[in-house]
Amino acid sequence: MATLDPSDLQAVWLTLKLASVTTLLLLLIATPMAWWLAHSRRWYKGLVSAVVALPLVLPPTVLGFYLLLMMGPQGAVGELTRALNLGTLPFTFAGLVVGSVLFSLPFAVQPIQNAFESIGQRPLEVAATLRASAWDRFVSVALPLARPGFLTAIILAFAHTVGEFGVVLMLGGNIDGETRVLSVAIYSHVEAMEYGPAHLLAGGMVLFSFVVLLGLYLAGGKSWRVTR
Amino acid sequence: MSEKQAIWMRVHFKMQRDGFELDAAFSAPPVGVTALFGPSGSGKTTLLRCIAGLERTQGWLHVNGELWQDEKTFVPVHLRPLGYVFQEASLFPHLSVRANLEYGYKRIVPSERRVQLDQVVEWLGLSHLIERNDPAQLSGGERQRVAIGRALLTSPRILLMDEPLSALDTTSKQEILPYLERLHRELNIPVLYVSHALDEVARLADHLVLLEKGRVIASGALGETLARLDLPTAHFDDAGAVIEAEVARHDEAYHLTQLDFPGGSLWVGRVDQPFGTSVRARVLARDVSIATQAPEGSSINNILNARIEEIRDEGPDKVIVRMQVGESQMLLSRITRRSRDHLGLGEGMFVCAQVKSVALM
Repeated sequence: MATLDPSDLQAVWLTLKLASVTTLLLLLIATPMAWWLAHSRRWYKGLVSAVVALPLVLPPTVLGFYLLLMMGPQGAVGELTRALNLGTLPFTFAGLVVGSVLFSLPFAVQPIQNAFESIGQRPLEVAATLRASAWDRFVSVALPLARPGFLTAIILAFAHTVGEFGVVLMLGGNIDGETRVLSVAIYSHVEAMEYGPAHLLAGGMVLFSFVVLLGLYLAGGKSWRVTR
Repeated sequence: MSEKQAIWMRVHFKMQRDGFELDAAFSAPPVGVTALFGPSGSGKTTLLRCIAGLERTQGWLHVNGELWQDEKTFVPVHLRPLGYVFQEASLFPHLSVRANLEYGYKRIVPSERRVQLDQVVEWLGLSHLIERNDPAQLSGGERQRVAIGRALLTSPRILLMDEPLSALDTTSKQEILPYLERLHRELNIPVLYVSHALDEVARLADHLVLLEKGRVIASGALGETLARLDLPTAHFDDAGAVIEAEVARHDEAYHLTQLDFPGGSLWVGRVDQPFGTSVRARVLARDVSIATQAPEGSSINNILNARIEEIRDEGPDKVIVRMQVGESQMLLSRITRRSRDHLGLGEGMFVCAQVKSVALM
């Protein structure tokens, strides 16, 4: 009977922590972006959309590679973080968070953007004629009406971060308790021919993913339009 | 309705967009319903949206001594004390009927709440709907009533209505019209009412602003304006005059009611209203014929002495005649060109106008 050692459990915990932090940050970043993309008529809107969608098509290793360069000691971001006495981000948990946020950005932005777009202008105009200020309209009308989109975004961003491998490997390596997440742990077990624990972790992932998707469809996330 | 009324609202907007040009100016009185009337594409909805601040364009707008917009000023929509009823009810789907009604009410300071929930529920007959949580499941007429109530509950100083009936079927329209008329009578809020249906305008409006291709081609009291032969409204199939009258007496034996107006009276089917009640009647031009002397042995009840003011050709076979009854009442009649020539009708002649039918509004 295969068992999980403490470092496996730590990987599970780290994965959940990474996914939660990433999802939370994504909501904060993706909501204003989605709002802007849904309402802006600027010419560079297409440009922004394309950049946001880039992680959908790029191999994660490519994204990880550039992030590694940028955040490394010689990279622009790396120099900045060092100047701020924060050290460099690669091979730290914070680095993983930055990578995950960028990697999952389209999975959060697109459903929320779709939801905002499907609301249309009318409910917001009605609210304005009923004395609601712009912020009030956003909170009392746009957010509740976009709820299915937010639900989809949360589930997708969380699940996508849990399943991430390439970016983590390029950016975080395999440091126990710091950057060794579930997918990397499975890979390490397989490398070491420890199929028992690999099975446990992998099976757990399958079950988890299934439950997430089931929840998504049962909740009827209407703005599920992300395709890969 | 007095003809000379204080100007309460002054509007002038200009806009150029996708081959459409708006350059519309008008003023409106502080009471009653002012209809913005015109064919589709004439810019009436755009104009209403500019007044609400939902569209931003060049122009200026004064309401009740307050500046809402000029070159430098633009009061945002949510700071304008107006109510807006859209063509589709646009209830918030995530809120109950009650929460929809209270949405605007909650957002105005308590000291300015002149309209209360109970009043609106009673006026608009909403008591059986107020606890519903599924506004999307209401009928079209019910939804529009809730939307009207929701707008009224902000205690607006002006109510803007953008074709509130046009998305409804005939039954729902008939269901809502009486409520609109009650609002008109019981609420002292001036209304700007956008419509492309002449019968609706004749029924509800007191003041008419006529739009064509983004411009105001006429503006004035309803009765006078509808009787102007130089305007397209006089040449509609359902063109006609509006008569403000009051219930004078009932003939119980024949089940008829006499309506008096300055300069004459009309018999109509029994109206269940007490003496002195104001009613509005509409007499279509096609229902009025002209005789040079009082006919004998006619089945027509209503024969009015009138003076011909103006005659205009209308197509190859018809003419439209504007007549004055009494001091100020106008009447339109559509007759054939042949009849005009046969009878030798001309401006200034005294004739008998025979009214075949009167529609009460």
